[in-house]
Amino acid sequence: MTHPRAIDQLIAAWGDASKVKAFLTAHTFPLVEDAHVTFVWMGEAEGVNVRHWVYGLESSTTLARAPNTDIWHLTLEIPGNSRVEYKYEILRNGKGEWIEDPLNPNRARDPFGANSVLQSAGYVSPEWTQSDSTARPGVVERVRVASKVYGHRVVQVYLPARFRRTRRYPLLVVHDGSDYLNYTGMKTVLDNLIHRLEIPELVVAFTDSPDRLREYAADENHASYITNDLLPYMNAKFPLVDEARARCLLGASFGAVASFSTACRFPNVWGRLLLQSGSFAFTDIGRRNRRGPLFDRIVEFVNGWREKPSAMSQRIFVSCGVYESLIYENRSLVPLLDATGMQVRFVEARDGHNWQNWRDRLREGLSWLFPGPLMFVYE
Amino acid sequence: MSDPTTGPTAVLLGAQRFEPTLAAAVSESGVKGRIAVVTAGWQEREDEDDELTKHLDDRTVNLMLYRRGEQLFREDREFARAHKERQAILRSLQDVYRLRLDHALEAEQEVRASKQPESIREEVEQACIDAIRDLDAWHLYQCARVRAEFNEKWQPLMRESIARHRGELIEELSDCGAIAIAGGHVAVLVNRLLLFGLESLLGQRTIFAWSAGAMAVSQRVVLFHDNPPQGRGASEVLDAGLGLVPNVVVFPEPETRLKLDDLPHVHLMARRFAPSKCVALPARSSVIVKDGRVVRSNGAIHLTHAGDTLPS
Repeated sequence: MTHPRAIDQLIAAWGDASKVKAFLTAHTFPLVEDAHVTFVWMGEAEGVNVRHWVYGLESSTTLARAPNTDIWHLTLEIPGNSRVEYKYEILRNGKGEWIEDPLNPNRARDPFGANSVLQSAGYVSPEWTQSDSTARPGVVERVRVASKVYGHRVVQVYLPARFRRTRRYPLLVVHDGSDYLNYTGMKTVLDNLIHRLEIPELVVAFTDSPDRLREYAADENHASYITNDLLPYMNAKFPLVDEARARCLLGASFGAVASFSTACRFPNVWGRLLLQSGSFAFTDIGRRNRRGPLFDRIVEFVNGWREKPSAMSQRIFVSCGVYESLIYENRSLVPLLDATGMQVRFVEARDGHNWQNWRDRLREGLSWLFPGPLMFVYE
Repeated sequence: MSDPTTGPTAVLLGAQRFEPTLAAAVSESGVKGRIAVVTAGWQEREDEDDELTKHLDDRTVNLMLYRRGEQLFREDREFARAHKERQAILRSLQDVYRLRLDHALEAEQEVRASKQPESIREEVEQACIDAIRDLDAWHLYQCARVRAEFNEKWQPLMRESIARHRGELIEELSDCGAIAIAGGHVAVLVNRLLLFGLESLLGQRTIFAWSAGAMAVSQRVVLFHDNPPQGRGASEVLDAGLGLVPNVVVFPEPETRLKLDDLPHVHLMARRFAPSKCVALPARSSVIVKDGRVVRSNGAIHLTHAGDTLPS
């Protein structure tokens, strides 16, 4: 296809309310025609921009108004299987207001609110992320963990369906635990993957930090809390397999840095790592990374590790979206991890720095780190 | 291993969790008396059999083979150690077999995808399948050898600890007209069934078996999944089963595990395991085997050599 046609139909229909309504009913928005995606907003404004989080494209791009209509539109080429989060910026009276796309019901929620989501040709929301009535549900309970470092912390613990104290379980520790529960639907994901036997029954500790930008930035106190406070607590309270291969740290963004630095500070304690879109900032010269002072301690830590890479775990799954700037840092980290002799798997997705990207990679990551018994169990 | 050509009637059923058909099958067979139940595949959850008991109108007695095994290993340490070592050897054999099998399956796939002259195509494809069959046979032979050496050395059924359990099992089976073998972890299930030599205690009692249970009573246990989260799907021979149902390879839960519309794949399965019949058992299906022959089937799917599937 050389030129997307659908938007022309909408423009031609303008002035005939019933035809416009029929068009809106018959189509989903943005309009996806092969590799062409057309953003559409309708209304009175001085200007309309689409604001998106795709590294490599201009972060703000202007929609054009079709003559003699209130239709604003912009066509971009977006590769298949992509997810792009965006908002519209509506300019009125010299001011811009950011809104979600009223024509698109797809939303991605995060701690800052919600964005509209464009799903380009071929992207399908994985069915294992949807609630499955045949999957036996696990439970999430709150526990209070005493910490020499932090006083105490509340942790949410997932116990799989049919949890039994006579059985021993692997342990997964999740940074930004509440966000993983709320924005990736991780309880549903765990219920489904366990039900499908794609991962074994796990005990999962969802941890949170009241000051994540400090605590997760390669902070030794955090590493100590996770390894010297939380792990012994979990071992004492739940029947866990007491081996590194059955312990995993998971985190995204700064949470991935926290996972990585905790494993580095306590080598061979955490045998599995799942690092999503890690903020592994580093410099080849100088100490200050372009990302600013928040990253200073991370840069120092990552530079130190890059200088003398050493194995600290057994198996590491790294994922990153190609539409996020951190793809550079993650791609740079993988060969070094590989060279240490650890088993490393790196997966890229046409997605950004967001929770749905991290959700969509959970099946591949968890089932590689903790293969389930699906070849052996036939219920 | 008992002689399957004069053995008991076996009724193989589809998965029972969501659409149980066991009670109807038991009723239809006219079995009298209690029904011995094996839920060892459920491992630690072996005793969570309330639903099954209710489904069979409280006619059940659970043989508790998993718990008996754990108890046996606690009591007879010497035997437990030897058994553990044997299991480690069997696992190593499985790993080696799987490595070799991966290459053989890949070769078969590549050869099939390549354009070969018509005059040699059939022959080279058959050679690839023969290589896979040889590997399967090698693995089964090695497993049998390891088991035979173990049995020769340790004479498990003669050991006091096992003989005592067998005595109790004989008593529990005495007023049972049938045995129902549930699914679960197929390796654990086969292990427990063989550990107590259950096949030699069954007599002519009717066997009802589903999912892993149906695999366990067959001659050859084949592990399979066509759509795993990692790697391409594969199927591999685990070991011999109890051999109560000969010449049938059982594939439970085909709805989620088998790509039945992938004709070349179905074709390969059928030729790989021939002359055994490859029988997929979807929910609500049943196959009745008597004296080593399938005498009736309902809803089961036979994977044919033509690469198509047909109702059995």
